[in-house]
Amino acid sequence: MKFRFLLISIFFYCLLWSSSAQSYQDAANHACLKCHSNQTFTFHNELMDSEDRRLMNPFYILDTVALVAGVHNQFDCLDCHSYDYETYPHAANLKLEPLGTCLDCHGGDDSFASYQFEKILEETEKSIHSQICGEKFTCEKCHSQHTYATTARTSNNVMDIVEYSNNMCLSCHNDMTKFQLVSGEQNAQLVQVHDWLPNQELHFKHVRCIECHTNVVDDLMVSHNILGKEQAVKNCVECHKANSRLKSSLYKYQNLQSRSDDGTFNAVLSNQSYVIGTHQSPLLKLLSIIIFIATFGGVVVHSIFRIFKK
Amino acid sequence: MTASKKIYFYPTWLRIWHGINALGIIILIVTGISMQNIESTFIGFNSAVSLHNIAGVIVTIGYFIFFIANIVTSNGKFYIVKPKGFIKRPLKQAIYYIWGMFHKMKAPYPLSEKRKFNPLQKYFYIIVMYLAVPAVIISGIALLFPEIIIENVYNLSGIFVTAIFHSALGFFISVFLLIHVYVATIGKSPLENFKSIVSGWHHV
Repeated sequence: MKFRFLLISIFFYCLLWSSSAQSYQDAANHACLKCHSNQTFTFHNELMDSEDRRLMNPFYILDTVALVAGVHNQFDCLDCHSYDYETYPHAANLKLEPLGTCLDCHGGDDSFASYQFEKILEETEKSIHSQICGEKFTCEKCHSQHTYATTARTSNNVMDIVEYSNNMCLSCHNDMTKFQLVSGEQNAQLVQVHDWLPNQELHFKHVRCIECHTNVVDDLMVSHNILGKEQAVKNCVECHKANSRLKSSLYKYQNLQSRSDDGTFNAVLSNQSYVIGTHQSPLLKLLSIIIFIATFGGVVVHSIFRIFKK
Repeated sequence: MTASKKIYFYPTWLRIWHGINALGIIILIVTGISMQNIESTFIGFNSAVSLHNIAGVIVTIGYFIFFIANIVTSNGKFYIVKPKGFIKRPLKQAIYYIWGMFHKMKAPYPLSEKRKFNPLQKYFYIIVMYLAVPAVIISGIALLFPEIIIENVYNLSGIFVTAIFHSALGFFISVFLLIHVYVATIGKSPLENFKSIVSGWHHV
């Protein structure tokens, strides 16, 4: 009984603590954000007994708007980072602290099953990123754990989904500093590399990079096997011919979406998604025409014989 | 000519099933072709898809009735193939259709109480009713619930492969229907067999 009381009080304490820690909205009074959301920060210099103002390292400035909108906004900084960060100056060895990986929380948890984290990891490990960088290429290289939002799942606007998705790629592939951090090489020159692509700007705005740079999987959500440029789609016809490439993943997406909006059996029947392009295989089309004409011809010839050879 | 003998070939359940199935298959073929030619649909693309789905479900239910009835009733025995003359018998029937019937030969396998289908007919019905239709039903259900489809078949999308398979089978069944209807005109008179499937009585 005593033990249960202890547990309950710990639970309520945590609840209370987390609600009080919920202060990303009020960055100016948040222990971390009062410095880490600004270009400059002020602290009391004990040695000199003065109030000092310094420049914040631009890479450690957090976008508080995105932070509040992010999926992890329920957590406080110290839920993931060391408690020792509460003191300033931060101890130097804190830089070495091992941080949790995404799968530490998301892996093997049924409540996240629909996100298929294990499958995503599996796909990522096959990708060009993992081939080049190995284990160092972690989830947060693309999905900032501070600001990540599930745009592809929640947004109704395809343009928003495209922009959000492409910005993940561009955050390194269009940024010398971050690109070097991962690859150790100079920047890949995006515009020049895609020189062959007609209407480059239009494509970049309307099509996700991963549409061409991942293996086709029917599930829209798990395209994590990023391919290098050698294997990427370079054939216009693959997309511009009502073919499977975009359509099959969208088919499943649209089918599931309309069923989830209206959970009845009726929704299955009235579902208007359709795999467009199955008739686009020229060989099959030709073959079917030949077979049909041959059958029909046979029937006509046979009936002529029946009429005259009676 | 003596008064022709009548056999009650088609019991009521079979005639009802056959009628519903015929209507369903025709709707499936028309809507199926409409979806392939997006430019020229008779009834509009979206209603073609819905109608295809509804007709598909009706034909599926009908198929189960047909399948069970063939187990429960004696109708199933007409679909049993004997190993003797496995190739020779249907071949003989095919030769009759191509050559014999124009040379005043008698049908090699006249129908009787024991034989409702000639050997060639039997083979076609088995292929269609026990292979093609179940396969088209399974792939059709899979397309209604795409989450059950394997995601990748080698390097191709599983949904795409299933869709191709489904429409190829649909095409095969359409060709069968054409032959089925044409061969049905080869009776005592061209309309005789059509009357039989409505009344149930077949003139031998």
